[in-house]
Amino acid sequence: MTAEPRPTDVNAAAHLPEPFVRWFATKGWAPRAHQLELLARSQAGCSTLLIAPTGAGKTLAGFLPSLTELAVLPKRKPGERHRGIHTLYISPLKALAVDIERNLGKPVEEIGLPISIETRTGDTPAHKRQRQKLSPPDILLTTPEQLALLIAGSDAKRFFEDLRYVIFDELHSLVTSKRGHLLSLGLARLRTFKPDLRAIGLSATVAEPDELRRWLVGQRISLLEGEMPGRAERVASEGTTRKRPGTPALTSAAAFGGASPSRGEGNLAGLVTVAGGAKPDISILDSEQRVPWAGHSARYAVPEIYDQISRHRTTLLFVNTRSQAELLFQELWRVNEESLPIALHHGSLDVGQRRRVEKAMADNALRAIVATSTLDLGIDWGDVDLVVHVGAPKGASRLAQRIGRANHRMDEPSKAILIPANRFEVLECRAALDANYLGAQDTPPLLAGSLDVLVQHVLGTACAAPFNADQLYEEVTGAAPYAGLDRASFDRVVDFVATGGYALKSYERYARIRKTKEGLWRVTHPRIAQQYRLNIGTIVEMPELNVRYVRSGRVAGYGGRVLGKVEEYFAETLRPGDNFLFAGKVLRFEGIRENECIVSSGGTSAQIIVPSYAGGKFPLSTYLADQVRGMLADPGRWQALPEQVADWLRLQKEKSMLPKRGDLLVETFPRNDRHFMVCYPFEGRLAHQTLGMLLTRRLERVGARPLGFVATDYSLAVWALDDMGALFSAGKPSLGQLFDEDMLGDDLEEWLNDSWMLKRMFRNCAVISGLIEKKFPGQEKTGRQVTVSADLIYDVLRSHEPDHILLQATRADASAGLLDVGRLADMLSRIKGRIVHKPLEHISPLAVPVMLEIGRETVNGGANESLLMEASDLIAEAMGKAAGDETPARNGPVVALHGTAPKAGRGERKGIGTADYGRRSVRSK
Amino acid sequence: MTAALRANAIAAAGLVGVAGECALCDPRGVLYFPDIGLLCVSDLHLEKGSSIARRGALIPPYDTAATLARLAEAVAAYQPKIVVSLGDSFHDGWGAERLPVPFRDTLEALMAGRDWFWVTGNHDPDAPADLPGETVGELAVGALRFRHEPSRDGAEGEVAGHLHPCARIVQRGRSVRRRCFAGDGARMIMPAFGAYTGSLNVLDRAYHGLFDRARLMAYMLGADRVFAMPGSMLRPG
Repeated sequence: MTAEPRPTDVNAAAHLPEPFVRWFATKGWAPRAHQLELLARSQAGCSTLLIAPTGAGKTLAGFLPSLTELAVLPKRKPGERHRGIHTLYISPLKALAVDIERNLGKPVEEIGLPISIETRTGDTPAHKRQRQKLSPPDILLTTPEQLALLIAGSDAKRFFEDLRYVIFDELHSLVTSKRGHLLSLGLARLRTFKPDLRAIGLSATVAEPDELRRWLVGQRISLLEGEMPGRAERVASEGTTRKRPGTPALTSAAAFGGASPSRGEGNLAGLVTVAGGAKPDISILDSEQRVPWAGHSARYAVPEIYDQISRHRTTLLFVNTRSQAELLFQELWRVNEESLPIALHHGSLDVGQRRRVEKAMADNALRAIVATSTLDLGIDWGDVDLVVHVGAPKGASRLAQRIGRANHRMDEPSKAILIPANRFEVLECRAALDANYLGAQDTPPLLAGSLDVLVQHVLGTACAAPFNADQLYEEVTGAAPYAGLDRASFDRVVDFVATGGYALKSYERYARIRKTKEGLWRVTHPRIAQQYRLNIGTIVEMPELNVRYVRSGRVAGYGGRVLGKVEEYFAETLRPGDNFLFAGKVLRFEGIRENECIVSSGGTSAQIIVPSYAGGKFPLSTYLADQVRGMLADPGRWQALPEQVADWLRLQKEKSMLPKRGDLLVETFPRNDRHFMVCYPFEGRLAHQTLGMLLTRRLERVGARPLGFVATDYSLAVWALDDMGALFSAGKPSLGQLFDEDMLGDDLEEWLNDSWMLKRMFRNCAVISGLIEKKFPGQEKTGRQVTVSADLIYDVLRSHEPDHILLQATRADASAGLLDVGRLADMLSRIKGRIVHKPLEHISPLAVPVMLEIGRETVNGGANESLLMEASDLIAEAMGKAAGDETPARNGPVVALHGTAPKAGRGERKGIGTADYGRRSVRSK
Repeated sequence: MTAALRANAIAAAGLVGVAGECALCDPRGVLYFPDIGLLCVSDLHLEKGSSIARRGALIPPYDTAATLARLAEAVAAYQPKIVVSLGDSFHDGWGAERLPVPFRDTLEALMAGRDWFWVTGNHDPDAPADLPGETVGELAVGALRFRHEPSRDGAEGEVAGHLHPCARIVQRGRSVRRRCFAGDGARMIMPAFGAYTGSLNVLDRAYHGLFDRARLMAYMLGADRVFAMPGSMLRPG
């Protein structure tokens, strides 16, 4: 199917039509070798993955096969039917599709090709979409969601009947999520329509190109000859990637593998690799200022950053989270004495504002842009000559991507400066820098295809046309993420689509799809298809509220500008009059009205809150973590570090110790009547949080009376009433027992089931699988309504059918994503027998950063009840009862038998009004 | 931690007065009048799952089972002489007809040996099909008036449902929202009991004029106790 032509044949075979040759010549360019090679392979009918650094002419290479073919197609004669789509281009971002339209239009025009190129995204007006169905463009630029919609249309087969090429841009970033799963199923569908379809993947450098090569081509077993190794691999990997139906809930670490479904052989697309261009010129800011112990704001470096901005044409400043973006933007303007045009760009801002910033950037009207990952992918706008990365880059490949932004010409070095926000980040930046020079790249491992996404796809398939289950199973297992899917799971998915798949068979009469006499599954009502189309996609947003700006005091006033969105849970913790930072402004919270957060111009209050966003927190990659551990263990490498950081490590060595690269250091020390345990796994915050939850459960069981914990990307601190150091020394329990891998069994299971995180994941799965609808025709539910009902459904389903397929999908998601269980499992197995306990009298230098996070971070566990208790305690105190008073009459007014009113109401209010409830992420200036 | 320990020592259920009648707010969401032996439950919304499934969203068909199991617990705990189901007992007018046989059996076993009143609600304006018990539009017991929708006048002694109250507090920058009983000593509005019922904040304008705000208390449902919060502690949303 994908026999690879030898490269030597290839160049000879590449056929570049005359107009193209001329065009290259007038430009004074020669087609690059990889462009010709990709062209030759495509002309030979092969699917290919192109790996090339930014600036290597990747886009042109990807489109050259289509353009050359389209250039020689005969013109449509009057009366002849319209030709269908010839090439489908899929990008992860709408903006990227629009950008490509611009970049591709230019050569097409210059060569004088009669080729129509159009985009189709969520923003495309209905009339244009309608027209595209009737007279399709030759090249359609679109997103994964739009592809899913197109293949669910009843005219899908006809629409794609002339399709020859499908191009996936930024493939490395498309494949790592549920979006990638849905897209892989869409590709499998297209392949069924057009078996000779050629797929072209464009990607930045990745660690495992084979995963992407497999993704691009069909993996169907029946097409492989005899018993291929792929088959054996398939069987072996099943147990670790997806639970079999009927097995009880997860009980072993093995079940959390969550790795690629088929690491072994399989069908592979061809591969064309372009070696990296000029090495980027990257440095770490060697600040004159003191690098802080903890925190993420990098405020200390702002004057130095500003200095860099004023010395370059255009600077792109990347940060890891939206809150950091807001803070940095604010700080830069504070020192912006020359009033340089500095703009802000992140995903929560209003679309209009983002477009304005993008336009200004393309026009080179800006000197600096503070941005988050919304600008992460390969959009080349403007004349950027410096990339500043604030905070640690978290993953080496993320860094490479971002630095590629500067200077989009591959022969000139890009210039970048890293600004570590704290001391551990200095280590991380150093490691990232080394990695970039070494060319090491890391992307998260591809996960087995999720079942909730498959549910969506199966329903979508039925919406297009009745399907045969055997054939669809064949098709689905042709998609790489689903290559390991067993038939029983597939059948359960179909059952779920039909009647909900419940053990209690009471919904037969409400079935969404039903099997006909001919054995085809058909939708039972046109309304089903209509609802499906409104709910398509895999991106389930956190419930968000519009931020609407009104004049001060006018809460009820209508109108006013929408500045963007904040997550609902953040808005809920605000009180009228609170000041917070958003869209680069200090805003005063006025109140929540329906689904809007009403704000006015902020005051000068010293206390300003920065919204935190649940998304946008990236864990430290495994590769970088290992590099950081290596650096700690090797004083020889400290020379590359700023002096103050090296001093810090020397001090640690003196006061405590530094762990060997493969060891886990556990320090224990007393402080303020409490006993602390700090360990340094360097596995990222998610894995540490999970570890913290599990360790505190264990410590509670052995009677150490743990009180809480806090996790950072680098370390974890747990505190307790009892001396944990003494317990460990006495072997009650030993550290080996405490950190035993078996914590990933029952402990994890128990905790997971009650965890709010699982509910959140369930909500996502429920929406993606169509159990809960995102939208009804003519009515958009607010996020809150979805949240409430999903939680209720979760509770009911868990107690009545814990093995339901949707709960399976939820657990698989949780273990892979939010909890990072796979990583924790690897760590626990790595450190077995290598845990070093260091009992101390005082806090160690290395422990300071995590200790500073205490109080700043909240652990969102099952503590809701205790918050209620605390609140009712406050009432008691306000009523003048001494603390520790045990009389039940404490909530006296409530108990008033035959009484009518809580008499002390007034007194309560007064008392409570003066109480300070504490606040999350309050910053004082 | 000491706070938690102290709080544990307090009785799980909140005792309240409704028009001079003593009542117990049970954390399961039922109201019990010990002097009368009357247990009141509101907004069961039985068969809501199948009602929604009829329209294409196949949510798990276990809500009736879950709701009845909790109700059975409460009935077993108080052994009431009288049970009042305060309207919207079924999610739609055909709910009782759809009720699967095992659930019907469970329900009838609960009803056996007690006076059982179905107060009609907006979702179930008629008597439930083929079920025992007496169907009434409104029920008076002494000074108490049991009706589904709270009335705009005559608050004294009214026990109503319909609004699905919940309350929200913010503590340590974190928000806790729970279903609740809402009362001011004269009137009591019951939390919705059904497994799939949502809730509406007591500060919403739908409650406007129903309570004497100075005396409003929300009895928030905890895992095994009720938390009494004065109106001044509550937050909208």
